[in-house]
Amino acid sequence: MSKIKVFQDLFQRYRRPGDQVFAVAFLLFALFLLSQLGAQTDTVKRTKWFGQPSLWPSIAVWGMVVFGGFHALSVVVSPRLPGRWKEVVFWLRSLEYVLYFLVYVVLVPLSGYLPTTLAFTLFLALRAGFRSWQALGLSVFFGLCVAVIFRGFLQVKIPAGRVYEYLPDTIRAFALTYL
Amino acid sequence: MDTLFSGITLLAQWDVLVALVIGSIGGVIIGALPGVGPAVAIAILLPATFAFEPLVGLTLLLGIYGSSMYGGAIPAILINTPGTPVNALTTYDGYPMTKRGQGHRALSLAYTASFFGGIFSVVCLIVLSPLLALIAPHFGSREIFLAAFMGILLVVVAHRGQTFAAGMLACLGIFLNTVGLEPVKYTRRFTFEQSWLTSGFDLIVVVLGLFAISQAFLLLIEKDHAPENTHVEGSMFAGVKELLGIKRIASVSSSLGVLMGMIPGVGEFTAQFLSYTYAQKSSKEPEKFGDGSPEGLVASEAANNAVPGAAMIPLLALGIPGEALTAMMLSVFYVHNVIPGPQLFEQQLDFVMALYVALILLNVIVLVFLLFSTNLLLKIIQIPTRFLGIMILTLSFIGVYSLRNSITDCAVAAGFGVFGLILKRLNLPIVPIILGMVLGGIMEVKLRSAMAAVKTPIDFISRPIAAIIFVMIIGILILHIRTLIIEYKERRRPEPVGPDYEHSSQQG
Repeated sequence: MSKIKVFQDLFQRYRRPGDQVFAVAFLLFALFLLSQLGAQTDTVKRTKWFGQPSLWPSIAVWGMVVFGGFHALSVVVSPRLPGRWKEVVFWLRSLEYVLYFLVYVVLVPLSGYLPTTLAFTLFLALRAGFRSWQALGLSVFFGLCVAVIFRGFLQVKIPAGRVYEYLPDTIRAFALTYL
Repeated sequence: MDTLFSGITLLAQWDVLVALVIGSIGGVIIGALPGVGPAVAIAILLPATFAFEPLVGLTLLLGIYGSSMYGGAIPAILINTPGTPVNALTTYDGYPMTKRGQGHRALSLAYTASFFGGIFSVVCLIVLSPLLALIAPHFGSREIFLAAFMGILLVVVAHRGQTFAAGMLACLGIFLNTVGLEPVKYTRRFTFEQSWLTSGFDLIVVVLGLFAISQAFLLLIEKDHAPENTHVEGSMFAGVKELLGIKRIASVSSSLGVLMGMIPGVGEFTAQFLSYTYAQKSSKEPEKFGDGSPEGLVASEAANNAVPGAAMIPLLALGIPGEALTAMMLSVFYVHNVIPGPQLFEQQLDFVMALYVALILLNVIVLVFLLFSTNLLLKIIQIPTRFLGIMILTLSFIGVYSLRNSITDCAVAAGFGVFGLILKRLNLPIVPIILGMVLGGIMEVKLRSAMAAVKTPIDFISRPIAAIIFVMIIGILILHIRTLIIEYKERRRPEPVGPDYEHSSQQG
């Protein structure tokens, strides 16, 4: 019997720190959308209810409010779990990597896919705490493989870097097409 | 039989076969890496497959989908860490066997049970295909609307203990799908006068953000660790013979996997739950379950691997994806203007057969690969998690940026990456958002076309299939309410306990 109980536990979901913050934030977002429902959707004349452009946004937003409301209620009335703000700080730490990612995105069309990717993987490896030559070399090798396979071999749609225009004639065309 | 042969002919092209081999073996490796699931891999590869023929792209993705759970069983059994979330149950009986020095036996059993489940489901589907080809054309707009609604309903109620959260996230998915220019009346919906919102949220951008970029952020921020070095000794063929002694459980588990795979919104977790419960209740040694029971291991793995094949049924026959991975595959069809649905099953049965034969082949490739290369694979998966994060983030860029070279898309994907990270940290499910986006769009279109022929509300369910689906929807609701009442009476509702070893709500 104890095994059956343990097995049931496996399929139950448990609360985690930070759930109150998320539940309340989600509900506030849903309520904001609800307040905008009239302004951000149109009701078209001579169109039946099922063809109205506002029908599905209304269903979705009301659903978010009702389910979000019950979710928030169930979380708020539950005992508080310690470590709420520590968890929120963890979420916010991801913004650092969002920044790196967006800088990479902006730089690719300027400095070219291959060089930017090599720099990006090397930088991330250093930031992630890798210091050995082997790990850093592997990160550069990985960047090289990705650039060669996807842009060079599979010809995935990524624009050529503007800096390639300044390369010598002999390798410019190659760089513009494959790097 | 003719369609089967023409399906095999379709497959017999070098690019399809290469995609199959890369997908199968790549899927095993991805599945074996704790921290990277098939959803991450499929999300990353999705845009790259748009350049291929539909069959090549789908074979690659199907290879990853069908083989990842094989790979996921390896760390689950040997180091008590499931490679993919659906292998969590495998740790239950697999790891105790390893501790008793029977790692090779557990692995061998898991491989053969997975193979049995995979092949069983494809054989069922090939046999059922003519029947499906007969039934599929009877699915009109109202039936597809009802089936899509049932999918949403099931994905919400299947998240036991998190119904409200799953409901609000499914509604968020429906909402995300409505943002932008409405395609019939050309009115703006929730664009807030922002030009970047006019084209709405691209499913692939959202999927990449929620599954791949979020995982990269998570791996980069969390403490670095790598799967421990381990080695397996002994014959890997022992399980083949042993499975024959447990064939009843393997067959029932595979059947449950097929059944659960076919129903939209359900999937591996429910299939496992039912098959494991069945195996335990019907076993002569139920006390061994959770402590290294070969029957439990077989029930879990056979059910898991029977799902991918069956999950292709609602996708191909009705155009309704049952879970996140098939929802992603749907976009491959759309990009190539191949519209899955009754017509595909009716007119291009050879294409469907080609996919089924591909599923059989991938199971064979994976089994052969694993029987001989498990120790090699154990070396490959020792990549530090932070390094994996770097790899995923770098590859995610290609997925998002190659769509339309848009910096905005990348920013949106990064935003969803943060949102996905929060959901993963809170163990809230991501799948309802994706299904909400896809099924919400289907419901909107189908309701509009269905209502044109509906005079009274009862007309909507007057056709036999519509009536059956409607009865199923009512049945699901009644069963759910009944379960809630029983749980309340028995005071067995999930207690608000803090973080512990728990069942993941994530897929992929």
